[in-house]
Amino acid sequence: MTPRGKVLLLLLGVFLLALPWVVNPYILSVATLILYLAYTGQAWNVMMGFAGQLSLGHSLYVGVGAYASAALFVHYGIGPWAGVVMSIALCVALGAAIGFLAFRFGISGVYFALLTIAFCEFTRIGFDHLQWTGGSGGLFLKVAQRDQIDLANFRGPPAMYYYAILFLCALALLGCYYLLKSKAGYYWQAIRENEEAAQALGINTFRWKMLAVVISSAMTAVSGVFFAFYYNNLFPEQIFHISRSIEIILGPIIGGVGTLFGPILGAAVLTIVGDGITELLGAMGWEIPGIKQVFYGIVMLLVIMFLPHGIWPPLARKLGLGR
Amino acid sequence: MLTVDGISKSFRGLKAVSQASFEVPAGAIVALIGPNGAGKTTCFNMIAGVFAPDAGQMTFESRKIQGLRPDQVCAAGIGRTFQIVKPFAGLSVLDNVIVGALHREKNVSSARIFSLSILKKLNLEAKKDLPASSLTLPDRKRLEVARALATRPKLLLLDEVMAGLRPTECDLMVEVFRDLNRSDGLTILLIEHVMRAVMALAQNIVVLHHGEIIARGAPAEVVRDPAVLECYLGEEAEV
Repeated sequence: MTPRGKVLLLLLGVFLLALPWVVNPYILSVATLILYLAYTGQAWNVMMGFAGQLSLGHSLYVGVGAYASAALFVHYGIGPWAGVVMSIALCVALGAAIGFLAFRFGISGVYFALLTIAFCEFTRIGFDHLQWTGGSGGLFLKVAQRDQIDLANFRGPPAMYYYAILFLCALALLGCYYLLKSKAGYYWQAIRENEEAAQALGINTFRWKMLAVVISSAMTAVSGVFFAFYYNNLFPEQIFHISRSIEIILGPIIGGVGTLFGPILGAAVLTIVGDGITELLGAMGWEIPGIKQVFYGIVMLLVIMFLPHGIWPPLARKLGLGR
Repeated sequence: MLTVDGISKSFRGLKAVSQASFEVPAGAIVALIGPNGAGKTTCFNMIAGVFAPDAGQMTFESRKIQGLRPDQVCAAGIGRTFQIVKPFAGLSVLDNVIVGALHREKNVSSARIFSLSILKKLNLEAKKDLPASSLTLPDRKRLEVARALATRPKLLLLDEVMAGLRPTECDLMVEVFRDLNRSDGLTILLIEHVMRAVMALAQNIVVLHHGEIIARGAPAEVVRDPAVLECYLGEEAEV
């Protein structure tokens, strides 16, 4: 990263830290959503952007992570700090199982993507019928006391959630930065670019692809725990839905797959402009259901046509920010 | 060093290689030649672990290597290049080589230093920061070699790395391999159509035709062998 890039990153950090003090609750909720999508996109990016394994069922890990921690909290009063450990363990086990099935039997490319969709879909149907977590009727957490911070149970005002997800984002960015620079990063990219050549250079591709899936699913599990405690209600139909998986990957694709800042930039652009358009049309008296999705489609088309590597790489080059 | 004993491979009933046996002694340069479709690359792929032979044995430094995965063959000390080059297109030339170097180097920074020394050897140093996708075919072939060398192999399998090179470039590559062979003791098994390079490098030639070995021996003898002249080099070959 260039000096100019570092200064801008620092400024962005300061801006984000100061945000809750200067904006209204609505803007803060939008910012929280952006950071949530940025973090989850970053997690997905480890698998697809770094290691080249396309998951179209990432909401599986969000959902299982969310449900595991929420159910433990609702049924046994077990707080999210213990819950997040359980969520990560469950999601890693799931990811490892899917990865093992796929990589052991040489399933790759679109077939791998289909496998991830299949797992996500049957988990959704399973949760529809799992009475312990409320089935299709949903699982609800008691709404947080908005005025006091209860860190042990991760209950508190919106600003607390905002700072929590901001912290996660920063951690993920730093973690991915080091991953990409490490041996794992080199090996993943080699596998992404040409698996056969990677193997000929002594890389045990099975093992390294498994590592990517495990790290990605663990990161996404945390995002599920955040989702549960922030939104307080979980429905299988919503959280596991394929449109959720798509929502997760739109950010990184538009921002730049495989880049560090792509997921963050993509999440910001999509959410701000998407919500902006909805708001704008609302203010003009037009309530058009699904207009956001139409907009997502248009942005996707434009980016794929004109910026096939996403917005971040050309932007970073123009502004001299480094990678 | 490498002993190949009666290996065979069929694809859907078509015998690509049948009962091929040859040896590559330590420190030697051996060439595998023959017309297109003779089974040369199939032999390479069996040695490199891409697929297992239907029959036969292969040992490397008195260790069985049939049934090993490609990464295990690499770990055993056999490096390879691909006839149809497979660069990591999105990565820089240097990063391509670092991937290979990480196989034996402990960390990325030592792998980078080692990779730079290899790029220098192959005259790719000036292009180290370019994406591999921007290289010309001869440079991509060089990059294949650099990447394979970075894994510090004891035996290097070269699959038509001279193809498409101009004669002067070819001679430069020959010098590089000769130097690696002499000073680093690298053993080389090469598939090559460019007889200029074969004659300059190989101490021993094995000729494949329709999956079978039809001749073997010192270059001067092999190129006069009537069977070889008939099926491959042509009656009036001058080499």
